[in-house]
Amino acid sequence: MTDAQALIVAKDLEISYGDFVIQRDLNFTVKSGEIFVIMGGSGCGKTTVMRSLTGLKEPSKGQVFLGGISFWEADQKTRDRIARNIGIVYQSGALWSSMTLAENVSLPLGEFTNLNVREIRELASLKLALVGLAGFEDYYPSEISGGMRKRAGVARALALDPEFLFFDEPSAGLDPVTSSLLDELIIELRDSLRTTMVMVTHELPSIFSVADNCVFLDAETRTMIATGDPKRLKKESQDPKVHAFLTRGGKNRTG
Amino acid sequence: MTDIRDTESEPGALEFARPDEETLLIRLAGSWTLRNKRPSADDIRKEIESGPRIARIAFDTKDLTAWDSMFLTFITKMLDQSSRDGIAVDSQGLPEGVQRLLALMAAVPEKKGVRKEAGKDSFLSRIGAEAIDFFRSTGDILAFIGEVSMAFGRFLGGKARFRGSDLTMVMQDCGIQALPIVSLISLLVGLILAFVGAVQLIMFGAEIYVANLVGIAMVRVMGAIMTGIIMAGRTGAAFAAQLGTMEVNEEIDAFKTMGISPMEFLVLPRMLGLTLMMPLLCLYADLMGILGGLIVGVGMLDLNVIEYYNQTRASISLYDLFIGLFQGMVFGVLVAVAGCLRGMQCGRSASAVGDAATSAVVTGIISIIVATAIITVVCNVLGI
Ligand SMILES: Nc1ncnc2c1ncn2[C@@H]1O[C@H](COP(=O)(O)OP(=O)(O)O)[C@@H](O)[C@H]1O
Ligand SMILES: [Mg+2]
Repeated sequence: MTDAQALIVAKDLEISYGDFVIQRDLNFTVKSGEIFVIMGGSGCGKTTVMRSLTGLKEPSKGQVFLGGISFWEADQKTRDRIARNIGIVYQSGALWSSMTLAENVSLPLGEFTNLNVREIRELASLKLALVGLAGFEDYYPSEISGGMRKRAGVARALALDPEFLFFDEPSAGLDPVTSSLLDELIIELRDSLRTTMVMVTHELPSIFSVADNCVFLDAETRTMIATGDPKRLKKESQDPKVHAFLTRGGKNRTG
Repeated sequence: MTDIRDTESEPGALEFARPDEETLLIRLAGSWTLRNKRPSADDIRKEIESGPRIARIAFDTKDLTAWDSMFLTFITKMLDQSSRDGIAVDSQGLPEGVQRLLALMAAVPEKKGVRKEAGKDSFLSRIGAEAIDFFRSTGDILAFIGEVSMAFGRFLGGKARFRGSDLTMVMQDCGIQALPIVSLISLLVGLILAFVGAVQLIMFGAEIYVANLVGIAMVRVMGAIMTGIIMAGRTGAAFAAQLGTMEVNEEIDAFKTMGISPMEFLVLPRMLGLTLMMPLLCLYADLMGILGGLIVGVGMLDLNVIEYYNQTRASISLYDLFIGLFQGMVFGVLVAVAGCLRGMQCGRSASAVGDAATSAVVTGIISIIVATAIITVVCNVLGI
């Protein structure tokens, strides 16, 4: 890749389940240190796109470059190495339910570092404290609230100090206050850790407050219909769908 | 019931007018609600067919006093009909609320291609599709067994990663906690075998051979089969449900992206746990079955306990015992593979977990029966 800044690049990406194409002709670039938002209506394939950016779903066509390496053409060793640099916060939290929060965060540390048990425990506590969950080390995921589960998911995703952090609808199922706190946390983490972040969301406040750049996926044409800075898109986009999506908050308030 | 006025209001009425050659003006009057009498859409069709050909339909609803969703279905039916007949409909004359609702209905288009078209395929193409599915799923099963074997290989090499506490949990769950139901079923099977046998043997005065019958049957096959089936229903289904839920909750994805193999971390402890516990459960089931036989022998046939014990000991060879335990171990592997396979194959919806559990039990029981048949034939050929 010529652009050293381009950390994640999707090139002519097409993703399908069997013969059913979810999204096609995706081309976008995520630059180092920015927060990139994938948006679009429910069921248009945001999660699926994220799964192929993070190595969980092989695309049917096209390439995904992570840090300049074409992920799906690389050998297994390279893929594993890249995967270790990816942190994901899943839509459902996806904390391992049979483990405490500390164990959730510790597991990857235990697997991929040579730290001893005490150091791992300390690091796990630190990561949990970072997301505001100090003192909850020995709770099980079923014993905490949805917002806390999301935060714990962030702590686990941060465990190995990843280069890329992916969020799948972080504010889904949270009340507005909790979700804006989560947005603040995300911005805070980006500013302090300099992590590149990709976020799937359709919360307008989140999009305008956190996103540097975005791509808009459409369910009907099954491809992207806009990309760029969401604030600029809101003003300049000619596409009625993009415009309707980005201005619906304002309309609701006045009408 | 709640609206008294409504019952008193006049029923819905239809009137037609033809302001010009091409236009049919429909006058709607009265109260068009669920509780009132009203004309049907067929009346409009009849009117259209009765006169000269029209190109346009318009409405006049000045005298419409009330309407609800019944009116809406009437209008939509009419709209469908006219669009099929190529007649334009001018909805300007309809009440504003109706127009808005119609727009709303049109704005939520059915997504095409999302769901597979069902029931269109011919019989032959369905058979073909089923056959392809079958071969594909056989391939999946073989691939899964391959992956499990590789994980097991890494375990033997001391390189597999899973938590010891998971293994002990599985062993506890399919060991000690399965004892009550295994006791109950095996005891009853022993009782039944002895009872059925006794009725026949008593005719020859050979009651004592009930001990042989029960002993050999339990130790050689029944103990293993009954335990296998119990574990398929109990533990196989539980494995599928646990792993399926983890798949739905994206927990398995989380393992994969962390570079932790779900095969080693989740499947291996379950396989090991069940495979280790099954022979023990089998042995226990054998004893319970023999105890059941003893109860019938002593209680019904007036045999002596010592006598029954000696007869049982004399009749069972060590071979029988080993074959039984070997079968138990094989069944353990089969049930665990079926449960874990279906769990890992689970889809993303909530109902998928239930399907996975059901399918795990079915696969488990079928493979147990097939394996029993194979082992019996092999033993027969080998003469043991
Ligand atoms: N495992 C799967 N098999 C087949 N189709 C799937 C699967 N997962 C998702 N889909 C389909 O892919 C489409 C996009 O799903 P998803 O990426 O979850 O949407 P979003 O996250 O944008 O709401 C949906 O239409 C869904 O039916
Ligand atoms: Mg999604």
